[in-house]
Amino acid sequence: MIRSEILQDIAPILRDHLVVCNIGIPSQELHAIDDQPTNFYMLGTMGLASSIGLGLALAQPKPVIVIDGDGSILTNLGTLPTIGNNCPDNYVLMIIDNGSYGSTGDQPTYTSMKTDLAAMARAAGCETVVEVQDVDTGPALQAALGSGKGTVMIVKCDSGNAKMPVITMDPVVIRDRFMKAVAG
Amino acid sequence: MNIDKRIADDLAANDISFVTTVPCKQLAGVIEEIDHRTDIFHIPSNKEDEGMGLCAGAWMGGKRPAIIMQNTAIGVTINTLATLIQYYRMPLPMIISYRGELREPVACQVEMAVHTKALLAQLNIPTYHFHWQKDVEEFDNILKYTFMCNKPVAILTDANFWGGYGDQ
Ligand SMILES: [Mg+2]
Repeated sequence: MIRSEILQDIAPILRDHLVVCNIGIPSQELHAIDDQPTNFYMLGTMGLASSIGLGLALAQPKPVIVIDGDGSILTNLGTLPTIGNNCPDNYVLMIIDNGSYGSTGDQPTYTSMKTDLAAMARAAGCETVVEVQDVDTGPALQAALGSGKGTVMIVKCDSGNAKMPVITMDPVVIRDRFMKAVAG
Repeated sequence: MNIDKRIADDLAANDISFVTTVPCKQLAGVIEEIDHRTDIFHIPSNKEDEGMGLCAGAWMGGKRPAIIMQNTAIGVTINTLATLIQYYRMPLPMIISYRGELREPVACQVEMAVHTKALLAQLNIPTYHFHWQKDVEEFDNILKYTFMCNKPVAILTDANFWGGYGDQ
């Protein structure tokens, strides 16, 4: 499975939750599959989805699901110790690890070679780290949400992108409707 | 006047309850003060752009944030300031240790100091420079201004403001 097929699979779960989605094609795919006011799409700023989601989870009680990528996490590796030492129970970081920088042309990342993100997350202090195969993402996400424990999920899948349109919604509109959904 | 306590008091009085920090020697006292307070949640960041991501999330979650950092990090946060904080129009007070200014003992710090105000000006970031201790009196107004206009705002605080390094 590629990321867009996973997103298609888990869209019914995501729909009911606050979602912070990584820059580039992941946001375009989620937006095309199931646009919701509870989705915060990153239009720029590579690497910060996990940090935005962590700030959001720490600031309010609703569950927060971050859809991140291997390339994005590698860009902002300092996020793992910050999560490991401050992880609230309402935080689920789902790293879709396709071993490539998908939005820039599927160049391989180091997770397709020797680097093990699950081991890095554990070493950084993250207590609940689960490794999941693409087909099992839905049940694993449900389990993470139901566990009442902050969770880092590493979802292994194939490299590849669906052809989806660029998001043309204004960033302030995305942010404003998201904040209303957070407060609602 | 205890300047560290004054800054933390002004943050709390403006309902700022989520503060992320990347340390600087000049900021040690204010970071310690914030860490001890129960009305402010303190979360150290490993890098300033990461910290701005945390602040963006906290603000969307209903908390007023602030970041405390050093001016040498302006370079690594330009993309985040432009494409996250400014693009989505978010308020962010940035309390910045202005290294490389008067009474600075480390020559290399001057190399980023000479670019600091130019970079902030290029980004159209409202910028204030605290040089005398009494300049802190403006801090409360600056915080109110930041959350009025939903912009990142820089408060540069130099060595003279913090009382120098003792022997300099
Ligand atoms: Mg990837």
